[in-house]
Amino acid sequence: MKQMTVVKQIIVRFGLLMALSLSLGSSWLHAQEPNSENPAPDQYAVSISAEVKVLFQELVAASLRDKSKILKQLDQHSGREMLPMFEAMLNGELYYQPDGLQLYQVKENASGNAVAYSVFGGELVDGLSIKKFKKVRVNNSLRKQLRNSIARIQLLYGEESERKAAAETMLSAMSDSAVALFQEAREKETVKEVQQLLDVGLAMNTVSTSVDSTERVAAIRALSSRLELPVKNLLMRLMDKNSDGEFKEADPLVRSAAESALKDIDGRIAYYGLLEKLFFGLSLGSVFLLAAIGLAITFGVMGVINMAHGEMIMLGAYTTYVVQLLMPNHLEWTILVAIPAAFLVSGSVGVLIERSVIRFLHGRPLETLLATFGISLILQQLVRTIFSPLNRQVSTPDWLSGSIELNPIFSLTYNRLSILIFSLIVFGLLMLVMKKTSLGLNVRAVSQNRDMARAMGIKTERVDSMTFGLGSGIAGVAGVALSQLTNVGPNLGQSYIIDSFMVVVFGGVGNLLGTLVGSFSLGVANKFLEPATGAVLANIIILVFIILFIQKRPKGLFPQKGRAAE
Amino acid sequence: MTVLDTTREIFRRDQVWPFLAPEHSMVDVSHNMILYVEGLSVSFDGFKALNDLNLYVNDGELRCLIGANGAGKTTLMDVITGKTECDSGSVYFGQTINLLQRSEPEIAQLGIGRKFQKPSVFEAHTVFDNLELSLKADKGIWYTLRVKLNSADIDRIDSILDLIGLKEQRFMLAGALSHGQKQWLEIGMLLASDPRLLLIDEPVAGMTAQETERTAELLTSLAGDRTVIVVEHDMEFVRSIARTVTVLHQGSVLAEGTMDEVQNNRDVIEVYLGEESADARGEEIAAARGERA
Amino acid sequence: MMIAKTPLTAGSLTSGFTSKTTAIVVVVLFSLTLLASAANLWLSPDSPLYVSTYTITLLGKYLCYALLALAVDVVWGYCGVLSLGHAAFFALGGYGMGMYLMRQIGDRGVYGNPELPDFMVFLSWDSLPWYWLGMDQFWFAMVIALAVPGLLAFVFGWLAFRSRVTGVYLSIMTQALTYALMLAFFRNEMGFGGNNGLTDFKDILGFSLQSDTVRVALFAITALMLMLAYVLSHFIMSSRFGRVIVSIRDGEARARFMGYRTERFKVWLFVYSALLAAVAGALYVPQVGIINPGEFSPINSIEVVVWVALGGRGTLYGAIIGAVLVNYAKTRFTAIMPDGWLFALGALFVLVTVFLPKGIAGFIEQRVESLKKGASGSDRVQGSEGASA
Repeated sequence: MKQMTVVKQIIVRFGLLMALSLSLGSSWLHAQEPNSENPAPDQYAVSISAEVKVLFQELVAASLRDKSKILKQLDQHSGREMLPMFEAMLNGELYYQPDGLQLYQVKENASGNAVAYSVFGGELVDGLSIKKFKKVRVNNSLRKQLRNSIARIQLLYGEESERKAAAETMLSAMSDSAVALFQEAREKETVKEVQQLLDVGLAMNTVSTSVDSTERVAAIRALSSRLELPVKNLLMRLMDKNSDGEFKEADPLVRSAAESALKDIDGRIAYYGLLEKLFFGLSLGSVFLLAAIGLAITFGVMGVINMAHGEMIMLGAYTTYVVQLLMPNHLEWTILVAIPAAFLVSGSVGVLIERSVIRFLHGRPLETLLATFGISLILQQLVRTIFSPLNRQVSTPDWLSGSIELNPIFSLTYNRLSILIFSLIVFGLLMLVMKKTSLGLNVRAVSQNRDMARAMGIKTERVDSMTFGLGSGIAGVAGVALSQLTNVGPNLGQSYIIDSFMVVVFGGVGNLLGTLVGSFSLGVANKFLEPATGAVLANIIILVFIILFIQKRPKGLFPQKGRAAE
Repeated sequence: MTVLDTTREIFRRDQVWPFLAPEHSMVDVSHNMILYVEGLSVSFDGFKALNDLNLYVNDGELRCLIGANGAGKTTLMDVITGKTECDSGSVYFGQTINLLQRSEPEIAQLGIGRKFQKPSVFEAHTVFDNLELSLKADKGIWYTLRVKLNSADIDRIDSILDLIGLKEQRFMLAGALSHGQKQWLEIGMLLASDPRLLLIDEPVAGMTAQETERTAELLTSLAGDRTVIVVEHDMEFVRSIARTVTVLHQGSVLAEGTMDEVQNNRDVIEVYLGEESADARGEEIAAARGERA
Repeated sequence: MMIAKTPLTAGSLTSGFTSKTTAIVVVVLFSLTLLASAANLWLSPDSPLYVSTYTITLLGKYLCYALLALAVDVVWGYCGVLSLGHAAFFALGGYGMGMYLMRQIGDRGVYGNPELPDFMVFLSWDSLPWYWLGMDQFWFAMVIALAVPGLLAFVFGWLAFRSRVTGVYLSIMTQALTYALMLAFFRNEMGFGGNNGLTDFKDILGFSLQSDTVRVALFAITALMLMLAYVLSHFIMSSRFGRVIVSIRDGEARARFMGYRTERFKVWLFVYSALLAAVAGALYVPQVGIINPGEFSPINSIEVVVWVALGGRGTLYGAIIGAVLVNYAKTRFTAIMPDGWLFALGALFVLVTVFLPKGIAGFIEQRVESLKKGASGSDRVQGSEGASA
């Protein structure tokens, strides 16, 4: 009995640990996010000078043409604080009270009613009838001017990320005014990254406008390490030919510089393309890993092929969905609740299956395969009956959406990155359980020599249940992770089961490390094949490869050695 | 030589064209030696099961292998019959046949039969079927599809049934036999295959004293025509049949000779009983081995 | 296992019990076919004994499944090789026949192209791919329909058995094989009609597929092929070859030490089994009128296995009983409560493996045995190893 409680404790602790680890991981991610929310409204609620206030009143009353002039004057005065007003005006959300000529921003609140907000503070202004409000009218030329003003403010006074984003967008359309702005901003700028971006803009300007050959070549050289799309476009334009087959660009020195710069850029793009494929491959591999390690345990320890393993994953995904339904007001945290919940749900279903069916088929692996397949059919149909055959959407919390942008062509999405990390954490914990706990010791003993283990007083039946529960529980956790990547449907598990088996067989049965290596190498191989062959063909090639591989090494990458393996 | 002569030579009726002649599978024992094992080493995961083992067996000999558990007896048999691959060394059957290059079925067809430690008969077949499948015959697909038992085969099976005392059980399922009967059946299957070399792993385990005696008789009668290698733990049994005994220890040969020579060998005594006991007897060796195991 | 049940006759000579069951199976099949065909062709539709053409086609379908089950039983029941990929051989045979039927449509397709099947016109291909050439000849198409699955089985079996892949590994490999083929056939570029497969067949050897007579003929041919396959399988399994196969199931290593090259036995048995499956597939397609990549799906293969398990593996008639019973149940079930079928099928998997490891045939044979023996009973241990293959 004591052993039982210990084992139970371990399972519970394991679940908790996983929840904890994910929350830690998530808070780390949270900290890394550069622009998680709009800046707090009060931060820029600065006092408006009297002069500006007058300008505001004039603006409201002025004709469209005068507005343009007033805006220019405002530009002279304004810093960061004007941004909300300009944006509201650009979006047509700027209104004024006819009597006081006071400006308000009017937009829909969460329930769909138009409500007034103070322009600069962004606070809700109560007790005002917006029916009397009048809209500050804008036309297209004003909008253009506003955009420029906004860009200018962002570039000169914005936060680092804003400055960067503004510079990046402006690169694609460098006008004279933009050049002037870039120069102005460049003098003020202190952050190196933004400085470089501004330099790029200026260099691009030099390339297209300068007449001095050496200056242009130098500018092109400076551009050759940049990955921004406008840079590449500009350089490619330099290589264009006109309809007579002559180069549009007359200067051969510039052309050759552009050519080598382009080559340079293409090399970098190819490099990052490789990195991206690697990332996608690792991401796919992490999904394989999550799906397969549970299987590796049950297969490796009990020699049981659990065809219902995919359905354990599916149950985990549906648990996430149900948790989400149960706590609609805390969507951010459903995942953290869902992980232990899915572990428990799938784990207990697993124990149930083991106790009610698999136990009676001991030592008959092929029969177990058939019986668990029957169970998988039942579970699928059960879910179809309860939740309908349609796919369900599980929402992704904000802290998992978005991405880290490392450069203009390479970014890592948070959900994939966190699943990658999560899978490694789960793997690490599992290794710990197997190596350091008494459950792990028992499991290893049973997997090596069942009769001997029994003779030594290990309750093999209990170990079987616990192993199966653990394997299934991990499958459930995998389901939570998968629900972040794809829709949740009754067939979710099926699509992973064959891949998971391939991973386990490829890595070598009874070897967790083999499963790790197997899943990542298959994932990466898949993603590297995909561009050349298409997804389906890549899948087929991998399957055929494994079939051939198993011929050569029937025991997988990391076979169990020695006489025991016979 | 005329064309006619050449033609005559080609069509001589007392000779077979070389390419039609059956593959030369007869074992060449011109030096009166049937099995050469030289420098054999096998390791499992770092553990050396066989370590530079040398063993020579004369044609027609009855040889007993003894040694503690883990001494490498079974592994040696595994290598000879092609079940386990060795790391280095050579195993020749007669002068010419390199056993290391052959697969298990090929080795079996060469005339090397093996009886396993655990009786492994086909339990879903009758005793008769078990023997029929073991008969020395073509083991190819096409042959087995068409073959009908002829009376010579049936006679042969009957005589073996007589010999192993399972005449009554001929159509009984092998799975229904007692442990001792299975041992006998397995010996019968070995005999049916008419081998040149028999490798027998613990033949008397689970047999009564009477049966043991019969087995001993059978094995001694087999030697001469055939070569027999027996692995056995029962020292009394070994003493009753053995002419030459080879002692294995930690994967190599420790001593070789008659039972008495071996029992008085200093190395053997040292390994099994330690220095202090000089006059070791077979029973004590067995007892000591039991403790070590 | 079958031979094991005949202690009163010489086991090595053909066993009385199975010879008798073979005769029974053949007679029953033959008379059923005759009766059903006659009832369809010569009785008026008002007669209470009339068998509708729909029923005839349904029966034909069941018999195709029975043939497929026989194929699985031969490798699984007798040799212990659990193939979860027989649907692949079945579907390949079916595609062979489907290609022939497709070419027979000629210019009667929607696009009226005399050369190209509709889906190729739709994909705006301008000529037939090379592997479609010659498929308008019936004999050639049939050769291909058998040769391709046979060759696939040979290559796969040779690779797998030579490197001694056994047990669940082999099952998973076969499953991966059929899965890979399914993915491949779903691709339009493969030139087999992609998702929709091959359908809208008009006639076979010049006879319209819609006519009652042709339907009955197809049914009768299926029954005939099943009988042939049964007799042939019986012959194979009661030969020494068959006993070597059973020995391989129960102790492959031992069989090798007896001098049998077990991998060759297994490969040829696998090829034989694949050919049976391919014949079943080729007969199936003209009767149901469609073949699509769904036929490759792994679940189909596993379903066949449960037919065999229910009927009783290791007995040839068990496979037929299982296939017909389960498919009859499926027809009835899906008509009454379509959602319930998967529950029932799933439960069948579990119940059969846990409570009826020898299937219906095992149950029947036990009865027959105890009847023969009367009250004296037998405490004989049967070759139970076979059940845990």
